Amino acid sequence: MTDTITNILMTGVGGQGIIMASNILSEALLAAGHDVKKSEVHGMAQRGGSVVSHVRFGNKVYSPLIRKGEVDILYCLEILEALRYTDYLKKDSIVILNNYRLNPPSVSLGAQTYPEGIPELMRKHFPRTTLIEGVELAKEAGNPKTVSTVILGHLSRYIDIPDDTWADVMKDRLPSKILEVNQKAFDAGRAVKKVA
Amino acid sequence: MAETNRKQLLSGNEAIARGAYESGVLFASAYPGTPSTEILENLISYDGIYCEWSPNEKVALEVGVGSCYAGARTLVAMKHVGVNVAADPLFTLSYTGIRGGLVLVTADDPELHSSQNEQDNRNYAKFAKVPMLEPADSQEAKDYVALALDISEQFDTPVLLRSTTRISHSQSPVSFSEPDRTTHAGKVSLVKDPQRLVMLPANARKRHVVVEARMEKLREFADTFGENIMEINDADTGIITAGIAYQYAKEIFPNASFLKLGMVYPLPEKLIREFAGKVKRLLVIEELDPFIEEQVRAMGIEVSGKDSIPILGELNPDIVASSLSGYVFSESVPVEKPELPPRPPNMCPGCPHRGVFYALSRRKAFVTGDIGCYTLAFLPPLQAIDTCLCMGASIGHAVGIDKVMGKEGKGKVAAVIGDSTFFHSGITPLIDAAYNRSSATICILDNRTTAMTGAQENPGTGKTLMGQDTQRVDIPALAKSLGISRVSTVDPYDMKRTMEVVTEELDADEISVIISEAPCVLLKGARRDEWNVLTVDHEKCTGCKACIMLGCPAIGWDSEGENSKGRKGRSVIDEMLCIGCTMCRQLCKFDAIVKA
Repeated sequence: MTDTITNILMTGVGGQGIIMASNILSEALLAAGHDVKKSEVHGMAQRGGSVVSHVRFGNKVYSPLIRKGEVDILYCLEILEALRYTDYLKKDSIVILNNYRLNPPSVSLGAQTYPEGIPELMRKHFPRTTLIEGVELAKEAGNPKTVSTVILGHLSRYIDIPDDTWADVMKDRLPSKILEVNQKAFDAGRAVKKVA
Repeated sequence: MAETNRKQLLSGNEAIARGAYESGVLFASAYPGTPSTEILENLISYDGIYCEWSPNEKVALEVGVGSCYAGARTLVAMKHVGVNVAADPLFTLSYTGIRGGLVLVTADDPELHSSQNEQDNRNYAKFAKVPMLEPADSQEAKDYVALALDISEQFDTPVLLRSTTRISHSQSPVSFSEPDRTTHAGKVSLVKDPQRLVMLPANARKRHVVVEARMEKLREFADTFGENIMEINDADTGIITAGIAYQYAKEIFPNASFLKLGMVYPLPEKLIREFAGKVKRLLVIEELDPFIEEQVRAMGIEVSGKDSIPILGELNPDIVASSLSGYVFSESVPVEKPELPPRPPNMCPGCPHRGVFYALSRRKAFVTGDIGCYTLAFLPPLQAIDTCLCMGASIGHAVGIDKVMGKEGKGKVAAVIGDSTFFHSGITPLIDAAYNRSSATICILDNRTTAMTGAQENPGTGKTLMGQDTQRVDIPALAKSLGISRVSTVDPYDMKRTMEVVTEELDADEISVIISEAPCVLLKGARRDEWNVLTVDHEKCTGCKACIMLGCPAIGWDSEGENSKGRKGRSVIDEMLCIGCTMCRQLCKFDAIVKA
């Protein structure tokens, strides 16, 4: 049964735009005719904590939560938050990694160290990893805060959803003031080369 | 809102709001609490429904009961622990019954994502003798509101609708129905019915008889209720389940037979016996307590469940699979990684609470805490919260500690409580503190919002949930009216003055109230004009770490960088995060923190 289901895990830090990106993705999947379930926990996460969103789609989805070792695509906005969820990945998972580091409080206070070499470690275990300079691309698009849209744009290359559907959903979900810059950010991510 | 025929992706909470609208609810009340908050936040977008944030859950239920006594269909929502607060009216409401349908939504939080306990509120259904429905996805969350209201009116009872975090905060497709906004609206009227509504002992004794008779009828009803669904597949294993646990069970055991319960109290005994008779092995898969399992066993039916499924925390497909079959299907790739630094939520950069906690931390006070963002001051480096039990408890704790400690505790005990929590249940213990002549220091952190749950209006904000202007509670005047003479207000961004006031009041021989007045930095207009993003002048930073002790997420420690003393270790400020509140600059004795 799970053969027909695609599992997307989205991770990052509260405030980076995971929830908005996962909303757009889920709406686009529904509009494209899939059964969709999406789950995340908000509340405390708004205060700079670790955020994770599960998105599952296919013919018929039961559990809103993804099983360990069954993620097809990892969308990740902060590199430590990729390493935190490797249990969910399998060897051929597609890993889309925004090359960005944000120190957790214990690192800022000097009590713990931030692991070095995360992108290399991810590449070594998950050959289908793409490292994206999302913040740079977002700045080029016109606003560094659109990084979540840049990475979503790249994710769109691995999912069969018509261009018009993405455009419609973004128009529907985003305030008109920030629509254009987000469209640019989406296209910038989409232009990044796919892995085999 | 969208047209009726296209499916919409809704969270469980959005779906509950839609369900209330479709089924003619006229009145809704709640106190914000994760994971229930979004129900009323969504309900206000529909026309024709009065919605309010009540000061606490007890009041929310009481105003809701008023509405239902006047004949209106009513929805009341709260988080699981909120039902503890509302339990007093709930238990006797079960006796009086209703006039307009009343549904009480309890949003439970297995795994304690944002709560102080993970109580299983299905137990309330049994305890209060009230039926309970439990949806398994957003479609059911919407549909069950209508069913709950029908059952409420058919059986003259309040009905509990139980959600959990995973239902409330997961999205799934929902088909809408045509809203019926007229059928029930015409029933609003004042009808005197004292034998039923005045719960004096003589009347209440008679009503208890009615309650027991009603439960009997509800038990019969449960056997025919269309949302208790039997699905016979493989006869080896039969699974009784409900709510989100159904989804996990179905994912892991697609071929098993199922009895999926839409009504989790009372249980459909005949249906359960019939189901048990059709399968070889009977299993209950449920989150938290063995609520269904124990009742099935009490029917004399052999059943298993909690002998292998954890009673703690949320379930998920992996836990269901590994606990029941010992079979862990996982293609996980082993990755050798160091211990990862955790990323807990934190008080925001520029949070006004930090000023008061810094002062309390310096004084090494024993700080009784409460429920809100400020509980995060528990974390290093401030470590300035010593207790957190339930809403409003901080003040009572401080009174009790101060009383038994006597002179030993003098100058050492302070309570901290936020504005919304103070209005919720801090006023009564403040009366206690004044009346019983406590000498504790009570700090009310007034950031003019209910911040933790995402900035909801409250009696101190001057706005209602529906956007109406209203008067604000004057906290200093309120404290004075209780006979408290030492009432001071401070600007928590003035570190020196805040330290002085905290010291003076802790040392005072009588009760004192300190009100820290500054809006939550996430609110519009909270940032002051004179604030500029700051940076560290490394020619001047000595690496003394005074600024680090604030625990501001914008301030970091660069252990490799050279400081002004020529040694390694200096502070750095992340200019993306800093909002320029100046607290760190006020602490720096070397003028090393400057405008970026």
